[in-house]
Amino acid sequence: MALTEIFVLIRKEMQLEWRNKYAIHGLVLYLAATIFICYLSFKAKQQSIHPIMWNTLFWIILLFSAVNAVGKSFTQESANRNIFYYTFAKPESVIFSKIIYNTLVMLGVSLIGIFFYSWVMGNPVGNMPLYLVSLVLGAIGFASTLSLVAGIAAQGENSATLMAVMSFPLIIPLLLLLLKLSKSALDGISLSENWDEIAILGALDIIVIVFSGILFPYIWKH
Amino acid sequence: METLKRHYWKILSIILLIYTVYAGFNGQVPRQPILNETIRNLYFHVTMWFTMIFLLGTSVYHSIQYLRKSDLKSDLISSTYVEVGMVFAVLGLITGSVWAKFTWGDWWTNDPKLNSVAIGLLIYLAYSLVRSSMPDEMQKARISSVYNIFAFVIFMVLIWILPRMTDSLHPGNGGNPAFSKMDLDNRMRMVFYPAIIGWTLLGFWIAQLRIRIKNLEQQNEL
Repeated sequence: MALTEIFVLIRKEMQLEWRNKYAIHGLVLYLAATIFICYLSFKAKQQSIHPIMWNTLFWIILLFSAVNAVGKSFTQESANRNIFYYTFAKPESVIFSKIIYNTLVMLGVSLIGIFFYSWVMGNPVGNMPLYLVSLVLGAIGFASTLSLVAGIAAQGENSATLMAVMSFPLIIPLLLLLLKLSKSALDGISLSENWDEIAILGALDIIVIVFSGILFPYIWKH
Repeated sequence: METLKRHYWKILSIILLIYTVYAGFNGQVPRQPILNETIRNLYFHVTMWFTMIFLLGTSVYHSIQYLRKSDLKSDLISSTYVEVGMVFAVLGLITGSVWAKFTWGDWWTNDPKLNSVAIGLLIYLAYSLVRSSMPDEMQKARISSVYNIFAFVIFMVLIWILPRMTDSLHPGNGGNPAFSKMDLDNRMRMVFYPAIIGWTLLGFWIAQLRIRIKNLEQQNEL
């Protein structure tokens, strides 16, 4: 029963997004513009970019896109409509549907991002499958951490500032782990050598999702 | 007799701290390479982190209490413990910085533990920003309790798991001497454990005074 509820809510998110496409278009354009700015300021000026800088820059672009994409989760719909959802959906279903939907969005953003980024900036990655694993883990982690933070920020008055101030320090542990794993992928180290990092990242994702499920009901009730 | 029962732990704290300062500066310490006499900082630096973690943990306990019972008193207590915890974090940072200047030759080095604590401070500064951004008392208490619990979980991941994954010059990491079984001899334990208890009691004492002041202020306003 709860599963169908989550499913219905995810479908609702998708339909909303489909009806006014400007949000998703805006996100893709944001990504493309940022990547192109990075290309102009690094690659075009200096002819080359150090692989480590290549990697870090890409994750920072993803982080900013994620904050933008997930930040609007709770503010794009009016407060009245949120009250309407509150009357029939369980808060756990709401947050899990947001997390799953945002994960899908982030997966899309990461894939479009890595494609466009490799196109203009070159691709020094040695082990691409492992890099994709880190992108997937990153998408889940970003989506779950930021969904809860977006829920908190939506309660405040200046939610955009709150979102940035709260999410950046909270996301750093995840980002550091992701940088470490993707650095291994960059150096072409095999998947089997990196089980530790993958396990810790997966555990962190699960911890964040579980705590979102526990804590979100308290934000949701007015 | 009744007063003694209520206040004995404050006297204990004073006695333990006097003992810590006396034995800490005069007691025998093992001669370790690099560390030499600076190993005494163990009593004044490491204990700050212990106290901070105890204070923040207590704060989380009261945040959970608030979410369960919606009693504004719990929120006041919880936020005060965070404040005092941050004072100890700053003290730990300062004592560490002074120590680093004489051992590593620099006030701030690129050490995972140092960086983690700086991020921790950012996380809790965001906590105070969240609190000040909400005008409504109940909402402020609810949202900041949720944030506090979430932040504590992330902070624990940050300071317990991440530093273990990277090599560091910090004692206790990367084969450097610290307070493991081999390095910390019994003479030092005789000071170190009482020091932890003494500083922790002092932290709770300060927090209690702050809570009483805040309560009186609130009563004055009414």
